[in-house]
Amino acid sequence: MSDTLVAVVFYGLAIFTLSGAALVAFSRNIVHSAFALFATFVGVAGLYALMSANLLAVIQLLVYAGGILVLILFAVMLTSRIDEARVSNHAWGRQPAAWAVGGLTAILIYVAVKAPLKAPMIKGALGGPAAFGDALLGPYVLPFEIISMLLLAALIGAVTLARGRDAAEAAKLAKPAEAAAPVQAAEPAQAAEPAEAAEPAEEVNA
Amino acid sequence: MIIGLNHFQVVSALLFGLGLLTIITRRNAVAVLMGVELVLNAGLVNLVAISRYQTGGLDGQIFALFGVVLAAAEAVVALAIVLQLFRARRSVDTIDVTDMRG
Repeated sequence: MSDTLVAVVFYGLAIFTLSGAALVAFSRNIVHSAFALFATFVGVAGLYALMSANLLAVIQLLVYAGGILVLILFAVMLTSRIDEARVSNHAWGRQPAAWAVGGLTAILIYVAVKAPLKAPMIKGALGGPAAFGDALLGPYVLPFEIISMLLLAALIGAVTLARGRDAAEAAKLAKPAEAAAPVQAAEPAQAAEPAEAAEPAEEVNA
Repeated sequence: MIIGLNHFQVVSALLFGLGLLTIITRRNAVAVLMGVELVLNAGLVNLVAISRYQTGGLDGQIFALFGVVLAAAEAVVALAIVLQLFRARRSVDTIDVTDMRG
């Protein structure tokens, strides 16, 4: 790509990303904040693609926009009541926080602009799936295994936390049939998805 | 005009600032988590940009990949805690959670 085209794409992505982030920080409705977060994640994925980190851009879309954002939306829907959704995202101490954070950001930008990092972009297409696979099962195999253990720990921890103390005690004390009920109630997200997937098929059959 | 490392770092710094502002000012615990995600994304953009412009190779991208996985694990556990908090108190306002204040 020519330098001008790269510059145009970069500024477009930067404005997209930062306006999304600004909406996350300043929107009064938390649902709007959640959807603005989607714009930020997509813009960051575009920045990765601009730096020819292709696989990382795809992973960013899959994990952040597809996974974390859906989780956050579920949490928003499950925890905020409908009648207060209009002003559901209270903020406090905004003015002193804006001064402190603005000063810090100004220092960061000053360092980023003044730092002697004038190297041009290193040529060559990096970041394809084959190179990632070689690196993950070559020099980075130990971090790869450790992070798989971390994911397992997070999985077990999240299930334990989301079940709650009441459900765990009930599972110990009561009969198995009674213990299963609060677990189902605690995970409506997983129960709802198969039902939604099944509905269109029934309509087609009818 | 040539887009250099400095451009990406300025975007990263602004993203970090907005994320930090979200963490500091929001009262809703889920919104605080959104700010954490913004800050993490700013750091990952910085990693990828430095590996692209200064060192070459895949090191920064692999590190960013691990960062994405860490962010996913962190979001899952934090949201489980938030849901548990909501079940206990019918509110996810960080101002209400003062049990451990001395």
